[in-house]
Amino acid sequence: MDKWGNNKAWFLVLPVIVIVAFSAIIPLMTVINYSVQEIWGPGQSMFVGTEWFKEVLGSYRLHDALWRQFLFSGLVLLIEMPLGILIALAMPKRGWGVSACLVTLALPLLIPWNTIGTIWIIFTRPDIGLFGKTIYTLTGVVFDHTARPLDAWITVMLMEVWHWTPLVALLAYAGLRAIPEAYYQAAKIDGASAWSTFFYIQLPKMRGVLTIAVLLRFMDSFLIYAEPFVLTGGGPGNSTTFLSIYLVKIALLQFDLGPGGAFSLIYFSIVLLFSYIFYQVLLRVGKGEKA
Amino acid sequence: MARIELKEIAHSYLRNPQEESDYAIKRIHNVWDEGGAYALLGPSGCGKTTLLNIISGLLTPTRGRVLYNGTDVTMLPPEKRNIAQVFQFPVLYDTMTVFNNLAFPLRNRGIPEDEVKKRALEVAEILDLTPFLNQRAAGLAADAKQKISLGRGLVRSDVAAILFDEPLTVIDPHLKWHLRRKLKEIHEQLRLTLIYVTHDQVEALTFADQVAVMYEGEIVQIGTPQDLFENPEHKFVGYFIGSPGMNFLACTLDGNVARVDGTRIPLDKKTAALGRKARGKLEVGIRPIHLELSSKPIQSGVPAHVKAVEDQGSYKIVTLTMDDKILRAKLFEGKAVPVDKAWLVFPPQKTRLFADGRLVK
Repeated sequence: MDKWGNNKAWFLVLPVIVIVAFSAIIPLMTVINYSVQEIWGPGQSMFVGTEWFKEVLGSYRLHDALWRQFLFSGLVLLIEMPLGILIALAMPKRGWGVSACLVTLALPLLIPWNTIGTIWIIFTRPDIGLFGKTIYTLTGVVFDHTARPLDAWITVMLMEVWHWTPLVALLAYAGLRAIPEAYYQAAKIDGASAWSTFFYIQLPKMRGVLTIAVLLRFMDSFLIYAEPFVLTGGGPGNSTTFLSIYLVKIALLQFDLGPGGAFSLIYFSIVLLFSYIFYQVLLRVGKGEKA
Repeated sequence: MARIELKEIAHSYLRNPQEESDYAIKRIHNVWDEGGAYALLGPSGCGKTTLLNIISGLLTPTRGRVLYNGTDVTMLPPEKRNIAQVFQFPVLYDTMTVFNNLAFPLRNRGIPEDEVKKRALEVAEILDLTPFLNQRAAGLAADAKQKISLGRGLVRSDVAAILFDEPLTVIDPHLKWHLRRKLKEIHEQLRLTLIYVTHDQVEALTFADQVAVMYEGEIVQIGTPQDLFENPEHKFVGYFIGSPGMNFLACTLDGNVARVDGTRIPLDKKTAALGRKARGKLEVGIRPIHLELSSKPIQSGVPAHVKAVEDQGSYKIVTLTMDDKILRAKLFEGKAVPVDKAWLVFPPQKTRLFADGRLVK
């Protein structure tokens, strides 16, 4: 191809570069800057090289938060994906029930995340909360997510599943509706059971949307902050301290900017790595899908 | 294999059909013989697919009964009817190999695996699918996919009939011909009852021994392709079969002569006698190929003007006006085409009379 003689058009990209610089590049550079320095106060700092990285990577508290995070995201996927698909399969296909279901399902997605934490604090209280009170009446156990790690985990998981399964269900429903009627008719004629119809028609045809759902749910749950912060504040002890909560503790509450910066970069690399893996998987699925 | 009988079938998609226009299928009563190759021909929306789905059991008709070899199957679901259906778009199980696709209907019916394998390999051989057996079905071309859909019907040795719902829509033109021939071959080899829905008359006429023409929820005529061409029993058949379609002119009867405004067209004695008995709006109809043209005034010739001549290669289509009426004639190579003024002859034995759209008889 011939090269253009006049390259002034490149100036049109300038606004984007400026915006991206302020929104992403400069903050990132600041974080990198922090991560290699010891900072005592304004103007008082010392270059320390990779010391913070070594410290953070060796920290058992980071390891614990990381495993907790993987456990959480893994459970989220294991519960929300099948549950979302089941809900989508159970939804009506036509009539007024469709709109009713869609609106009801979408409600949790519309509530501000801080509010969700608050809702669940009240919901699980053993004295006035519907859930806590019911558990207490039925089993005599005082449900307390502020004192018992298991209760805290149950509450966080319930909240997350209640909050985000609808998204999976909506995506799966969209995927199901896109399957032409002829596939079901052919399956009937071939004598396929409901299970084979699901396994050989519905599931393969939903593969595209389900991959997107897995990607979104993994990334979102990996970055979760507001709801567990409001609900448990990371406790009791450190039992629900996920990566983002731990990061905020170091960087803002203890004001350890150096380790905070190093931790941010490590967190960022993990997210980037998984985004890349999912992106590759998504691309491959797209290729196999040629209709 | 089976002989399929439809008894007084009517179907409406509405829950409480009131008027005749609420029905997608108005009244269909006929028999599809064992081992016949039938085409169901008609324009979009005439109820072809509805009728096919009633035969296969995907739809239960509002009224009437469906019989296979004399057994009432009206209320049976498709999987109990031993029917196979090939759809407009290839329907495949993408994640399976070609072999597993072919084996699927048999495995679902609990047939022993060695029998499954034997049948699947046989059918693959007939359909030239053997080289692809171990490939994933998703990666194949549209014609191979459609052959797999067909194969899933053929593997079942007890299949009563195979129904085709415009199966060549997504196939490239040069492969259409090939697949159509394959279908004919399979029919000759296996002698299955085949019912083939299409809106393409060329497909219908080349595929089928018997063509059923559907129009607004009714079968208006069943016959061999030649029958449909030479003796259309309904105005729609005359208009739909043949290119261009039949010419129709509103007329009144005057003895053995049809009067179209001021023009007199002599009729066959028998036709005229039937016409006098018939009630309703009368029309004369003639195929463009039967209309004779002369450039000089001749006996019993009717004057007309030549409007346009389309050269189609081996024949020419001449558009003529007679008063304010438009007529088309088809002239084969070598025949002189009149310029400007022409005289038309309607050969009485080829000129038909229709009352309210139906042939007088």
